[in-house]
Amino acid sequence: MSQVGISAYGCYIPSTRLPLAMIHGGRAKEGGPEKAVAGFDEDAITMAVTAAADCLVGVDREGISGLYFASTTSPFREKQAAAFVAKALDLPVAIETIDFAGTLRAAAGALKAAVNAVTADTTKQILVVAADSRLAPPRSMIESNFGDAAAAFLVSAHKPIAVIESSYAVADEIYDVWRSEHDDYIKSWEDRFNVMHGYTDNMLAAGKGLLEKSGGAASDYAKAVLYGPDARSIGGIVKGLGFDREQCQDAMFGRVGNCGTAFTPLLLVAALESSAVDEKLFVVFYGDGAEALSVKVTEAIADFKPHHTIAWYLERGKALRSYDSYLKSRHLDASEHDRRAGDGVPATVHYRERDIDVSFLAQRCTECGTVHFPACRVCYGCYAKDKFENVRLSDLKGRVMSFSFDYFFPSPEPPLIVGMCEVENGARVYLQMTDATQDMLRCDLPVEFVFRKIHDVGKKPNYFWKSRPLVEENANEEAAA
Amino acid sequence: MSDKTVNEGIKDKVAIVGVGCCKFGENWHQGPEDMIVEAAYEAYEDAGLDNPQEQIEAVFCGSVYPSRGTAEVAESLKLFDRPVSLTQNYCATGTDAFRYGVAAVAAGMHDTVLVVGFDKPKDRGVSGPSIHMNTARGLPMTPAGWFSLCCARYFETYGAGREELAKIAVKNHHNGTLAPKSMLKKEITTDDVMKARMISWPFTLYDCAAQSDGAAAAIITRKNLAKSFRRDDPVYVKGISIALSANPQTDPTFDFLAWKPTIAAAKDVYKQAGISDPAKEIHLAQVHDCFTMTELLTYEDLGFIEKGSAKEHIESGTFELDGELPVNTDGGLKTFGHPTGATGVRMIYENVLQLQGRAEGRQVKNATMAISHNLGGAPQTCALALLGME
Repeated sequence: MSQVGISAYGCYIPSTRLPLAMIHGGRAKEGGPEKAVAGFDEDAITMAVTAAADCLVGVDREGISGLYFASTTSPFREKQAAAFVAKALDLPVAIETIDFAGTLRAAAGALKAAVNAVTADTTKQILVVAADSRLAPPRSMIESNFGDAAAAFLVSAHKPIAVIESSYAVADEIYDVWRSEHDDYIKSWEDRFNVMHGYTDNMLAAGKGLLEKSGGAASDYAKAVLYGPDARSIGGIVKGLGFDREQCQDAMFGRVGNCGTAFTPLLLVAALESSAVDEKLFVVFYGDGAEALSVKVTEAIADFKPHHTIAWYLERGKALRSYDSYLKSRHLDASEHDRRAGDGVPATVHYRERDIDVSFLAQRCTECGTVHFPACRVCYGCYAKDKFENVRLSDLKGRVMSFSFDYFFPSPEPPLIVGMCEVENGARVYLQMTDATQDMLRCDLPVEFVFRKIHDVGKKPNYFWKSRPLVEENANEEAAA
Repeated sequence: MSDKTVNEGIKDKVAIVGVGCCKFGENWHQGPEDMIVEAAYEAYEDAGLDNPQEQIEAVFCGSVYPSRGTAEVAESLKLFDRPVSLTQNYCATGTDAFRYGVAAVAAGMHDTVLVVGFDKPKDRGVSGPSIHMNTARGLPMTPAGWFSLCCARYFETYGAGREELAKIAVKNHHNGTLAPKSMLKKEITTDDVMKARMISWPFTLYDCAAQSDGAAAAIITRKNLAKSFRRDDPVYVKGISIALSANPQTDPTFDFLAWKPTIAAAKDVYKQAGISDPAKEIHLAQVHDCFTMTELLTYEDLGFIEKGSAKEHIESGTFELDGELPVNTDGGLKTFGHPTGATGVRMIYENVLQLQGRAEGRQVKNATMAISHNLGGAPQTCALALLGME
């Protein structure tokens, strides 16, 4: 029987950084501690789409049969985020989608469920995506430790690079960190209680349970990949389970922060990036109990190359101008106009245009080859009627035809960079640009495309695609490939 | 589009015998009725109409924000029991309403008709355009954002820049000081333009036309009736056209160096009028300076100068009031503002005054042929009206 496991991975760390000093009114110091925060145009769904797209580079999307989305911060209380992510990725309609929600440990459940599903039917390929953008009370103690990020794994029986050998879970009922129906912010009990009886008790119970169950020892593992509410508390688990400090995967506090449901997955990505054949990883998820996994790296790791590494994302941080910018991006500022007021995109328009707006599909004329965006009925090139086939633009590259900087549009971070882009297949797309600064812009600048939130009018996220400057080294890699 | 093989053309079939224009501005004290009445009655007086109820056979209106449709004009002027139509065609609305009137007269449907363009955007409580967030694609949907998209590529290709744009604004502000009905009567410097608040790069506040309220009117008639009105120097329609081209944001072949609809409409209108060398045969122009870059591209797109040569012509003053081909002699949209439906008719008003030697301090000497130009949409549509003397 073929092995089932993780056959590809991807991650996403937003480029927006909040220097921790800014939270309490200080000045950002070069190289000082910071955290990654979702930009004003990002949320758990957009981050999940970007991480998943990274994971799917080189993978035939028609072969994907499931998408499991793990998050505590889906933008919807009722409405599935997994189906939205699948649509943005232009995955097949005949696909199982599930949201794993409600606990920081949701990604463990999603990953295990995917492995079980593929084990039951090895023709399946399931994408597991974890993303979180948790809102701490502004200027609270926990705010400094929180960060936003996403990670994605493709679970299949096709040349897995890592397999789950065994697992051990414990469930616990405790109010340490929670958010009820009516809370806007994460609530937490006293820190020392949380660490002692929530975090440490459960992490050790799951970790020790796994070691006992598998008959192994800490020394069997190349790395310990551990969730942690803060940098210090992880040390207690390392010690308690018998690991050396050197074995512990760096948790990136001061750069990314505790990214909730995506935290252990992101650290697992980091561990896999530097793993060798036959190494074992001791991975522990936390939340309302804990779950430990024993993961073994296979020989396929040698052939796997991530599209973007964590280091790539870490190098591309850009500090916010101020703490106010952060508050504004979360609609926490006092402003004259509520930027969410109004009806937003009518549901019927969204329904008719979701292939365009969400899946980013253009149309190629089967008569003359002209590519149109958005879809239309009559061809610009040869006037043929209804002779089109869909072409996905999201995983193609493009270049800027022309651009402008709009100071009039109500953007939380003016000016809004707007670029008319030509996609490599000839489609023309008028897009806002993200993760860019004015000085980067020139005609013919190479770009790629990312799924982003355009606005929250109607008190719901309204998504579309944006262009993002393609970093040159990456462009060269593309050319070489 | 294929060249028309059977096209008698409109040249010299229709004459303008009266024009009127209210003062453009933030007309807080005036409703649409006040402005429509001022413009129409000035046109009546200009044509010497003593009995408009009998003499006006039909009314062609243009407005982008009408609150009551055709009744807005008919009720204001009490012109009932006759055809009253309203057209809306982006920023080319005024000229398009005029075109319908011209076509109706040329076809023999009517002898004498009234054209009224008007708009009252200043009742909306905002100083700029409204942004509609009922879409996620296509934002920011601002006119400045659409028109500024041509700048970056043009600048990189032909070397013009913000300074040349600023000089256009300075010129138009100067001309506006000489036009009694303009809104802004203030000389500015290139430095003022460059240092003003950025709206949509490279446009600062001074690169953009303001929003204003206004109305303008024209009375047109058949050629053989033209001299039966008050003046003996009627102005004739030599050519009129409107062309709609593909949206630059979706057009797979758009090059961001020229506006296609202007080129298409110019080709048509020059053919109608038999113009082969527009720079020599046309003596002045009112062009759609909604943004300074629109005026710059229009110099080239109308064939006044070679593509890419606008920079040198701006520097040498070709389009200034005392230049070889004065453009926006009344200060353009820059100083009149842009009540969308009124603008095209306001340009016709200015060209008629110029051709009849009534433009006072801004008079262009020996002008017998004048063109007006609107460009609207994203932009997609261009209307041109070429007027001349007998």
